[in-house]
Amino acid sequence: MWDFVQSHFDQIVFSSWQHASLVVQCLALATLLAVGIGALVYRSRSASSAANTITTIGLTIPAFALVGLAITPLGFGVPPAVAVVTFFAILPILRNTVVGLTGVDPGIVESARGIGMSRLRTLLQVELPLAWPVILGGIRVSGQMVMGIAAVAAYVLGPGLGGLIFSGLSRLGGANSLESVLTGLIGVVILALILDLVLIGLGRLTTSRGIRV
Amino acid sequence: MSETTTSDAPNISGKSILIEGVTKRYPGQKSPAVDGITLEIPAGKIVMLVGPSGCGKTTTLKMINRLIEPTEGRIVLGDEDVTDIDGDELRRRIGYVIQAGGLFPHLTVAANISIVPKMLGWDKKRIADRVDELLELVSLDPADYRDRYPKELSGGQQQRVGVARALAADPPVLLMDEPFGAVDPITRQRLQDELLRIQEELQKTIVIVTHDFDEAVKLGDWIVVFSDGAHIVQYDTPERILAEPANEFVENFIGSGAGLKQLTLRRVGEVELADAVTARPGEVASEVLARAVAAKHNHVVVVDERERPIQWLTRRQLTRLEKITAVREAHLPVVGHRATLNDALDTMLVSSAGAALVTGKRDRFLGVIDVETVMEAITSARASAAASADTPTGTNSGEVSIIAESDLTESSAV
Ligand SMILES: Nc1ncnc2c1ncn2[C@@H]1O[C@H](COP(=O)(O)OP(=O)(O)OP(=O)(O)O)[C@@H](O)[C@H]1O
Ligand SMILES: [Mg+2]
Repeated sequence: MWDFVQSHFDQIVFSSWQHASLVVQCLALATLLAVGIGALVYRSRSASSAANTITTIGLTIPAFALVGLAITPLGFGVPPAVAVVTFFAILPILRNTVVGLTGVDPGIVESARGIGMSRLRTLLQVELPLAWPVILGGIRVSGQMVMGIAAVAAYVLGPGLGGLIFSGLSRLGGANSLESVLTGLIGVVILALILDLVLIGLGRLTTSRGIRV
Repeated sequence: MSETTTSDAPNISGKSILIEGVTKRYPGQKSPAVDGITLEIPAGKIVMLVGPSGCGKTTTLKMINRLIEPTEGRIVLGDEDVTDIDGDELRRRIGYVIQAGGLFPHLTVAANISIVPKMLGWDKKRIADRVDELLELVSLDPADYRDRYPKELSGGQQQRVGVARALAADPPVLLMDEPFGAVDPITRQRLQDELLRIQEELQKTIVIVTHDFDEAVKLGDWIVVFSDGAHIVQYDTPERILAEPANEFVENFIGSGAGLKQLTLRRVGEVELADAVTARPGEVASEVLARAVAAKHNHVVVVDERERPIQWLTRRQLTRLEKITAVREAHLPVVGHRATLNDALDTMLVSSAGAALVTGKRDRFLGVIDVETVMEAITSARASAAASADTPTGTNSGEVSIIAESDLTESSAV
């Protein structure tokens, strides 16, 4: 195992970097989209519950199936990987955005409007900052989840540690095959831990001292 | 409380508000929440909206700053019709305070207060100065409180910051919805006193919703009593509402002890005090007793060299004395001339004499107030209340239309 890591060190580092980069970029994109959608729907009860239903159903779709389906319109390589990872990343963030925004004390929103803040200003300066810890919770769940999904995306020749896993699995029993799979798996787990720590740090930096618990 | 209408006096920074023929119908409800109300709110005065739960007080208040859009009617601020101007722009010119202050928990005290000035484009220096000035106005030390977060403040302090935030851009009008509902009675009383002090200084036009009638009596220059659908049952001064409730509904609303409530309206210094026989330490007791007998008084007040009361002696005590001493009695029933009649009554009931000594500036003895004086004050309050006039308009469309119809028939007959 150790020999395998040493001999393939450059490849492992490169794959890890690509894996992390794919996840982080998709997560950023998903956050923008999910918060945007959440902000559009949270005020309407029916739209909110529609969004929740979609999230619930979306999370039951097997990642592998969606990756396969994405090949037809998007081909192989990076595009289907980005699409699938972003899709899954959106779901927990969207759910938490709706929960966070509807959970803001109505009295606070009323006093924002009452002192002359517009709807948009109230959303940006009051509601989103107050909902932020909840939204960030969604981002962390997403981060963990899509680390694994990004590995599945290697099935369509996407970037990342999934390559190691799939190439190992495809020739199981052959030389170094198990080592390859294990290296990929452990790499994913380590990356997930690092990402979570980074997100916790980000949370500390971006959450007002006034609402920290 | 003088009701001379000085609406255009230079020191009044408030503007009058006119709510004219305003109706609010919420979708899916049979009867309107606010039914064709016309209400004149004089500049620089505090007007209290009271009434049973669900009668439309909050709806009426929120239509003034158009947090709730009226279904019909118009709102005039000063001499500007604001019914159709941009709501956000209007609200920046009207202070708004809700229960518990409604502070933004993620912003510091200073940032909370700065919001409106920032939106209005003030520069940093001006905003910082204004924040300090306002914190001082609401009795919070700027250096200590500026950088705190709302969760680091007590309920009463949060409420003060809420008032400071509402006053930030010096709006002519302040709207408050049950502002002191969430604090304990002692804090509430202190905040009420503070609001009165601030109002004395600033002379804003303030509209306050409350369900506490005592609060309405204490704070209001005028009180509007609503029944369901924001129907105005009575719009008058606290004195008049207490002395002459328009009907049973208002009577019930005042609750028992209207006379006692009136006592919070009058100060000891405003009523006629009984005089007393006074004596000084060193005088011969029998001479003093003779004076008391001649004046038909049962008590004698001993004052010191600076006219401050130190003893209150009965005739019997005098007979046992040879000379008046300079001893300072510990628990004299004394009230200051600024105390309310209510305070005075409290003091009297505690003292065995059934009366209290009144002191003025530097604790000088002014006279004696007794239960009869208080009773007289209640009676005369009724009389004087009946005399005051100049009530601003307050009607609902239903009542107006009766007059309007008869007007119509007359004019059509011409
Ligand atoms: N957003 C709304 N939608 C529908 N009906 C409403 C709405 N807000 C208030 N109402 C109704 O309008 C009426 C007046 O409500 P409002 O809030 O003005 O009462 P209030 O006098 O402030 O009562 P309280 O003393 O309980 O605060 C009530 O019957 C209430 O049910
Ligand atoms: Mg209300």
